[in-house]
This record gives sequence, structure tokens and C-alpha cells, in this order.
Amino acid sequence: MAKKKLISAKINGEPREFACEPRQSLLEVLRDSLQLTGAKEGCNNGNCGACTVLLNGEPVVSCLVLALEAEGAEIETVEGIAAGGQLQPLQQCFLEGAALQCGVCTPGFLMTAKALLDRVPHPSEAEIRFQLAGNLCRCTGYDKIVRAVQAAAEGTNP
Amino acid sequence: MQDFDYAAPISTHEAVQLLADPGHKAVVLAGGTDILVLLRERRRRATLVVDVKKIAELNELAMTADGGLFLGAAVPCSRIYREAAITEKYAALVDATKIIGGWQIQSRATVGGNLCNASPAADSIPPLAIYDAVAEIAGPNGRRQMPVADFCSGVGKNVMARGDLLVAIILPPIEARSGAAFQRFIPRNEMDIAVASAASLVELDDQGIICKARIVLGAVATTAVRASHAEEALVGQPPSDELFAQAGALAERSARPIDDMRGTIEYRKHLCGVLTRRTLAIAVERAQSKTQ
Repeated sequence: MAKKKLISAKINGEPREFACEPRQSLLEVLRDSLQLTGAKEGCNNGNCGACTVLLNGEPVVSCLVLALEAEGAEIETVEGIAAGGQLQPLQQCFLEGAALQCGVCTPGFLMTAKALLDRVPHPSEAEIRFQLAGNLCRCTGYDKIVRAVQAAAEGTNP
Repeated sequence: MQDFDYAAPISTHEAVQLLADPGHKAVVLAGGTDILVLLRERRRRATLVVDVKKIAELNELAMTADGGLFLGAAVPCSRIYREAAITEKYAALVDATKIIGGWQIQSRATVGGNLCNASPAADSIPPLAIYDAVAEIAGPNGRRQMPVADFCSGVGKNVMARGDLLVAIILPPIEARSGAAFQRFIPRNEMDIAVASAASLVELDDQGIICKARIVLGAVATTAVRASHAEEALVGQPPSDELFAQAGALAERSARPIDDMRGTIEYRKHLCGVLTRRTLAIAVERAQSKTQ
């Protein structure tokens, strides 16, 4: 068995250290070692987007990142986006707009949508659909998700 | 996942030594969007994963002194399409990098990895081929360059030997009065593997006549295939829809596709015609917009 290595990364703004095996994915370490279970394991092969987190500001599927690659990186997970116990506007719009049913895909959608709004504060519907194409939802049919992102961007009711 | 060791060398020399070491079964990790899936599903075996993202030259993305492009092998797709200068000069490559997987994949997946994996359906290979891109390879016996068009030798196979590392892809400068485009057909809107694809490049002379054409088809042979007869039919002609349709019909004949779950031979050939026609129209439009 390859030896565990000690990794330092900033996770949701806080410096964290963890030990991991080379073969462990960032998703495994987030969920099993750091108890950040917001990111979900859907397909574990990069198709579904349920494990999306931001790595140095870029959305990535954490199932296709080795935990070792996080050395020195900044990682944001869904646990980090609600500041001071207050839901982020994006989360509030998902909630009020019923943009989820089972909720497994939701943390991934929130992280990709956050990355989008960080870069493009007022995206078109086409842009939202294109940029969220890497997140799959088997319940909602996407319309409510797209409307929730639009509402969060425009500060309106979903 | 299977057990392996991990190394993240900071120089190409060190990476080549690790890859060449007979004591390991080493694989290269760049974006990880293919190799980590293959390792997890045990379709590939490795005792050492060599992460090449800490090597400076593999991360370099810059215009060269002569106006070409140096594209480090570990540069992810999203860095490429965010560069306005690359969109302006190498639009077909940008067309491809924008539709490889979704955003999360584009944050990590590299054009270098797309080339090395040598999938017949690789989206970035037809655009690289129309630009006459060159692959720079470092190996135990030094460096060499070869045309990207000769890099893939079969389905999932390339010319690299043990210890070889793809350092960069170098795109030569392009003529001012030229334009290019890439399109693929998939049954979904996004996030799928090409049933067929086409990249076209045209260069116009002072009178607006086509003086050079390049058409490369993807997913219709074991490697990307050049539609030479279609190219020849375009040279010396003024661009028109009829001419593009004629080129499309000729391109269909260059395709040597197979029947599989993504499409039949007949369907793929038909798609080659359609995609050739459409990419030529966009390529000409882009060339004309630059010259007006």
C-alpha cells in the first residue's frame, strides 16, 4: 500500500490538513475524512456533476481529482457558501423556487451556478443551460433550476 | 481505486526519468478526466502516477515570436477559450475546447491529453490537424517534433514510446485572410461523444478566391482523416453554397466509419457531408470578417 501523505489546503476559507493515500479522490477525502458530505457521489466517473466543488475558483468534479492534487489549493464546497448561517441568494432561490426534489444533484448545481454568477453576474438563459450542462438532475426537468439561477442573478422571486 | 504511488516532478527531465524507470508502471496525469476513470475501472494499471501539472513549460500558453501558438500539454481547455487572441486566430480549436465535456471537465481536461488518448472521436484533433499543428515530445533520447496528423496510430494508440512525454503542441502562424471552424454531431445538446465531426480551414486570396483548404473529419475512421479530394475541389474557386455542398459530397467519400451504438456507416457518412458544408460556410465567414 502506498504511504499516506499529509496535505495542506484552504477549504472554505480555513486552512486544513489531512492525510490521504495517493489513490484517494478529493471527493472521498472531503466526505470520509473531513466530514464535508455536501458533495455527493453520483456516477464517480465525471458525468453527473453531483460532486462539483470549486478548485482555485474553477468548478471541477471532485471524483476526478486526486486529493493529493489539492496541496496548496483553495477549495470551496457547498458547506462554505452560506455565510453566518444565512443562505446565499442562490440557495434561497433554489429553496423558494422548488428547484430540487430528491436533492442529490443540488450541491453540485449550486457550486457550478455560483462559479457562473461569480464570472457572469447576469447570464442569459442559454448561457445558464450551457454552463450547467455538466450537472445532471433526474427529477426536476431543469426548468426550475434555470429559473432559480436567473432569479438569484436578477434579485427577483423564482 | 487500485493502489499507486504519486509523483509531481517540476521538470520535464525528471518526469521523463520517472516515466522511463523500468521499476514502475507509470502513467501521466494531466487533467485526469480520462486516466483517473481508466485507473478506477481497472482498464489501465499503474504503480506510479506522474502528475505533470507542476512542470512550467507544460503549463505555458503563449503566442510564439513568429505569431504561432505554444500550447503546453497540461493547459486545460478553459484557459484556451478564455484567451481572446486564441479565439481570434485559432477559432476552430476554441470551438472544440468549449464543447469537450461540460465546464467541470473543461477546467481540468487538456488538449494534450485529448491527443495522447487518441480516441477516434477526440474533439480537439481535427482542429489541430487543419492548423498543421506539431507535437513536441521529450524522451530518454532527447526531444523531437512531429505533425499532430501523424501522432495517433490507431484507436487509443499513439507513437510515443516508454519514457516519452508530450511537452507541447505548437500551432504555426496562420494567414491573415483565413478562417476555420469545428463542429460535431451528437444526439444530445451537450456532454456527449461525437457521432461524426469536421474541422475546416480556408484561406482567401486578394480576390476572395479560396487559395488553400483543409478539411479533417473525426469519429469516422480509426484516426482523424483528411478529406483531400474535397480540399482540392475548393482551391481556385470563389466560395458558394454549391461549392460547399460539392465539397461535402466529396468529404463523405473520405470517411471510413464503422457501425456502432452511436451511428451507422451510412449516417456517419451523411453527417460528414453536412458538417463539412457547415464548417466551410463558417470558416469562410470568419475569413471574410477579418479581411473587411
